[in-house]
Amino acid sequence: MQTSTMIDAMRPPSPAEPGAGVYSNKLGMWVFLASDVMFFTALIGSYIILRFGMTDAWAAPGAVLNVPLTGINTFLLICSSVSMVKAYAAIADGKKYFLRPVLGKTLRDGGLKFWLLVTILCGAAFVGVQVYEYIKLVEHGFTPAGYREGSQLAEHALADPIKYGAQTGAMFGSTFFTMTGFHGFHVTCGVIAMSYLYVTKVLPEKYSPQDYRGIETIGLYWHFVDLVWIILFTIVYLI
Amino acid sequence: MTSVAPAKPDAHGGGAHHAPMSFWQKYIFSTDHKIIGIQFLFVSLFFLLLGGLLAMQIRWQVGFPGKPMPGGGILPESMVVNGVILPEYYIQLVTMHGTFMVFFAIMPLLVGVYANFLIPLKLGAHDMAFPRINMWSFWLALLAGLIMLAGFFVPEGTSRAGWTMYAPLSARPDLSGATVGQMLWCVSIVVLGLSSVMGSVNYITTIINHRAPGMTWFRMPLSVWALFVTAILAVLALPVLQGAAIMLLFDQTIGTHFFDPVAGGQALLWQHLFWFFGHPEVYILILPAMGMVSDIIANGSRKPIFGYHSMVFAIIGIAFLGWLVWGHHMFMSGMNPTLGSTFMVSTLLIAVPSAIKVFNWMGTMWRGNLRFHVPMLNAVAFVSMFTIGGLSGIFMAATPVDIPIHDTYFIVAHLHYVLFGGSLFALFAAIPFWYPKMFGRMMDERLGKIHFWLTFVTYNLVFFPMHMIGMGGQMRRLYDPTIYDFLKPQQPLNEFITISAFALFAVQLIFAFNFLWSLKKGKKAPQNPWDDNGLEWSLPNPAPHGNWAPQTPNVYRGPYEFSSPEAGDADFLPQTKKLPTDRDPVPAPLPTGGH
Repeated sequence: MQTSTMIDAMRPPSPAEPGAGVYSNKLGMWVFLASDVMFFTALIGSYIILRFGMTDAWAAPGAVLNVPLTGINTFLLICSSVSMVKAYAAIADGKKYFLRPVLGKTLRDGGLKFWLLVTILCGAAFVGVQVYEYIKLVEHGFTPAGYREGSQLAEHALADPIKYGAQTGAMFGSTFFTMTGFHGFHVTCGVIAMSYLYVTKVLPEKYSPQDYRGIETIGLYWHFVDLVWIILFTIVYLI
Repeated sequence: MTSVAPAKPDAHGGGAHHAPMSFWQKYIFSTDHKIIGIQFLFVSLFFLLLGGLLAMQIRWQVGFPGKPMPGGGILPESMVVNGVILPEYYIQLVTMHGTFMVFFAIMPLLVGVYANFLIPLKLGAHDMAFPRINMWSFWLALLAGLIMLAGFFVPEGTSRAGWTMYAPLSARPDLSGATVGQMLWCVSIVVLGLSSVMGSVNYITTIINHRAPGMTWFRMPLSVWALFVTAILAVLALPVLQGAAIMLLFDQTIGTHFFDPVAGGQALLWQHLFWFFGHPEVYILILPAMGMVSDIIANGSRKPIFGYHSMVFAIIGIAFLGWLVWGHHMFMSGMNPTLGSTFMVSTLLIAVPSAIKVFNWMGTMWRGNLRFHVPMLNAVAFVSMFTIGGLSGIFMAATPVDIPIHDTYFIVAHLHYVLFGGSLFALFAAIPFWYPKMFGRMMDERLGKIHFWLTFVTYNLVFFPMHMIGMGGQMRRLYDPTIYDFLKPQQPLNEFITISAFALFAVQLIFAFNFLWSLKKGKKAPQNPWDDNGLEWSLPNPAPHGNWAPQTPNVYRGPYEFSSPEAGDADFLPQTKKLPTDRDPVPAPLPTGGH
């Protein structure tokens, strides 16, 4: 593959018109994120139309979902966004670690290797908790098709149809699993991409303060996925 | 993989693009935008042929219902019994003709082929911004096409809900009678959407960031402008279809109920999602054609394009309005009538930028020194046929008129006037025009002219009478018109259309022959066979791998300087030609690092 690598190196950047003022990877990621916004808009828009076009009561989220657990999961994902920023700042400054005085002591603050690893682990933990949540929900009787016949949840719904949204369980299940599932899929893709960068670029120290485009580009994606989750958590789990 | 490049570690060393590459690297898993464009060309021409074959079967059934179809014996019993097409197979034909033509023939022909091939060549870039993603975009498109094709080979046959996949028919196998075929449709569309988004991200990034020095926004050819706006439409519209297709797939597989009213879902939601994608899609299918036709008409008229800026803003205006009109597909769906009036007004507004374009094309040709080469003939046909299609569109945009003609052959006539008369004529113009750039040879001019005139005549014989049949009340997708007494008097017209359609199909074989024959036997192309100004003609035919690498050309003017007094004896002035009065453009510093 030597030929193609050499060709790649010869491709633009070459003299060019002023473009967007940012390098192509970043611009491409922005365009892709615009496209991803439309994808989630289709899913979230459908959810809003289905839920608020419904004449029957929608289940109180807390009655069906484990909101505290997912609250912790949300916190985990927000933390991963913070660690992503730290990873980015570390490589932009070109430091392996920072030294900072805290309460009379000097603490070592990690560099790119440390903070990107934290991000990957937080992301992976988020997916893990989500899988656990799905398993528990299905056991409890909450499926994409609605409340499973004869399950604990179906019995609750019979007893209190308003609180559990007995008539709208099918739509709750459909929208819940589709939206959160595709968000989880995005997180998984991000974790895989970051792990790949970690092994091929970060560990061999290929990034430098002169070129850390991969980190910035994947960072954009990661913050976007985080942002989508904050919206999803609000509209699915809280209201 | 087996070939070894001459060792030259210097990243900016010239000449490395002449290094030998294995066949696989060069033609199959190629990252060269030109090869990818050509790959798209062959694959989508195959699907165009397939879509045409499906159309012929539809026409046989409508023209001669209940009569054994010639050659029908080779199809299995599940499709054709005693040579007669079964209703179950007929609806599959209708569905797949639409699906293949829209998603796997016209869209990749316009965008896959010409966005890939033209954008770097016309902008002076060495390749796309992301060549490997570009390669993936092609292979995913091919995969999607094969998945769609696989539907014909599963026991219940392929999808049966029409290319628009209206729910709940598409969502419920007990209604449509097809299980796997319906799922394959959804999977294929999701994969195709991915391919399309990958391609479009590439086109947008390349156009913004990879223009040669001097290629300012308003020196870009209109074809590139149109492809740029199309890519923006695709990037924002395809994900919506993907989301909808995923919901539909979940309805069919894991038991969700998005589109099933019985369990609280909304069938109308599918229509909204589909047409929210579907109407921008209409402009994805016509804008690149308009762009390429603009280039070709200016070339054939030997005049600058009339109203360049108004052309650009008309493209942008059409694309913007395209987002606000999806409801005009749904006037009869039970949607709120007040909403219908809103959609009617926004739809009629699109006539304004469209008319600007048509008048600009006519203004370009007016008193031009016309050269009626094959691309020009087809481009002129595009303008006239698109105008007819646009005018019949106004009929249906008006709600009171739409009520009686909705879902009749009138709409079939309309959409074929814009898709065949529009997009396909533009492609018959574009293919011979850029053929020498692709293959280094010319397509035969005489065969091209014969093909053009026969196509033009038979095409009108096929589709114009459909307006009348539609006014007469014949429903689209109708299996057998003769079962209705009120449609019986129209049957001779149906037979006439069918015979014309067979003639139209036969005429396309001339094109296929010309295309394939010229690959090996065509006349060797001179470097600039059409005396055009575009950057691509400053390269040899076919263009080498890497285009201008390691240099980039300087651009001194717009692409439409035909018959300019500054050009001296020639009647064209290439964009790269430096006149004594021209100053070299100053390249911008490149963004570096992480900023």
